[in-house]
Amino acid sequence: MDALLEPLQYAFLQRALVGGAAIAMMTGLLGVFVVQRGLAFLGDGLAHASFGGIALGALVAYGVGGAGLLAQPLWVALPFTLAAALAIAWVRDRTDLSSDTAIGVFFAVAVALGVLFLSMIPPDANVVDVYHLLFGSILAVGPADLRIILVTAGAIVTLLVLAWGRLAYATFDADLAAADGLPVRLLDYGLFAVAAIAVVVSAQVVGIVLMAAYLVIPAAAARLAARSLVAMSVGAVAIGVTTTLVGLFASYAADVPSGAAIILLQASVFLVAALTARR
Amino acid sequence: MRGADPTAALPYGDGVRPLSDAPTVPTSRTEADRPVRDAAVPAALAVTNLRVTRGDALVLDDVSFTLPRERFLAVIGPNGAGKSTLVQALLGLVRPDGGEVRVFDRAPRSEPRRIGYVPQLKTFDRSFPATALELVVSGARGRWPARITATERDAACAALERVGATRLRDRPLARLSGGELQRAFLARALVREPDLVILDEPATGVDFLAEHDLNHLLEGYQRDARATVLMVTHDLAAARHHASDVLVLNRTRIGFGPPERALTRACLEQAYGHVGHDHDLVLP
Repeated sequence: MDALLEPLQYAFLQRALVGGAAIAMMTGLLGVFVVQRGLAFLGDGLAHASFGGIALGALVAYGVGGAGLLAQPLWVALPFTLAAALAIAWVRDRTDLSSDTAIGVFFAVAVALGVLFLSMIPPDANVVDVYHLLFGSILAVGPADLRIILVTAGAIVTLLVLAWGRLAYATFDADLAAADGLPVRLLDYGLFAVAAIAVVVSAQVVGIVLMAAYLVIPAAAARLAARSLVAMSVGAVAIGVTTTLVGLFASYAADVPSGAAIILLQASVFLVAALTARR
Repeated sequence: MRGADPTAALPYGDGVRPLSDAPTVPTSRTEADRPVRDAAVPAALAVTNLRVTRGDALVLDDVSFTLPRERFLAVIGPNGAGKSTLVQALLGLVRPDGGEVRVFDRAPRSEPRRIGYVPQLKTFDRSFPATALELVVSGARGRWPARITATERDAACAALERVGATRLRDRPLARLSGGELQRAFLARALVREPDLVILDEPATGVDFLAEHDLNHLLEGYQRDARATVLMVTHDLAAARHHASDVLVLNRTRIGFGPPERALTRACLEQAYGHVGHDHDLVLP
């Protein structure tokens, strides 16, 4: 028991556990709508858009020389990714292109811009760690990062819970929801905007490459076992939070990268759900 | 030869009574503007010179008709005739490029609770995790239910019973047959006790028995609730036997009126092209 509780005395691990649980709760709830709307690629697209945003933020931070709000890449990455998300939603709305195509276009542009921006920062400037950017560093979450995560996750979870009945109805059938007077288009854009904010804040912690997993795998695993959307939502949050906590402990104990441990744990839950699901 | 010709241009069911071969096609404006029985009561539907385009295509052009309350309107026409677009315009889901649509003398979407809408099921995504009960409650609530109250459950069960689908209550949507899903969607539409029921091709993919039941169910509800029904259908027999009015549509209004006047040979030929030779549908 002591061996299990021993890691809890480290502040960095406490922050990782609390921050990871908050991210899992937020992305799990969001993931239900992402998965059920067939937007699994959105998580990948927005995470890569945030790569472009963080790269631009790093360039700006390098430019301002480490002073003020702009010294934090997040404050540039946030509007950048939000703009990309709304642009994807707009292309979906105004053209016949599929979501995947729209996402694919912005995905590539954002990554190209990100590489360009990073190349403009001298390598010895030490503004951004590309490895951490790609693969995350949940164990490096500082007190300031944790505050941002908790505020964002709290706001987004509250918003999703309040809008759940409307979002779920529009997800079930947009025409039926619109015929009943729901602002379906506003809900669409709102969902994309919320996803963008959640992805930017989470991608800094779990990494750009693994971000999509958080949005997709817990919801997909819950979908296999759930008979209702509300059960799927509860399940997605439960799977996300549990795998994050267990994965963090396991990665600490086995000394393996925590992001990878969490995602592989989520994938095993998905596999079990897929194997046991009744057809 | 009755109903045996697989190349028949017109889809129709068994038991079709011969159509009268009226000398004139009722396409004139005056036919649409038959006076409402009680002038003080606004019509259920009033469509005036409706025009809808999608991209470059003109989907509906100069469509006008007035449907008094408590009528049963069948909308027929070939594929691509604009029938579903008309339904979408009535529901306020597409914006007309010209003309006007009034539902109970108000703009579409003004009173969504008064309309029970049964969509086409061929585009429905069955992967959505939900039971038939939740589907019906969503119709009562106008939101997707997370928790269902006792009152909502009772109302939903009564609606399911009305359409003979009580046993489907806890069945996931993915495990309903076409006819069962149809019933669940009809219960969803009726649970709010609408003044207007709109059905978009309810017969699609459903066996004849279920379809037969459906028409009687609708007639029963219409009578009990003094409601108006609009049904888009490919089934000329249903239009003939169950509808009080028929709108023959092919991008524009080809005919409108009671079945014996709208379902004439001239009208159908104009809507569908060549009707055929010996289909018993039309008199020589």
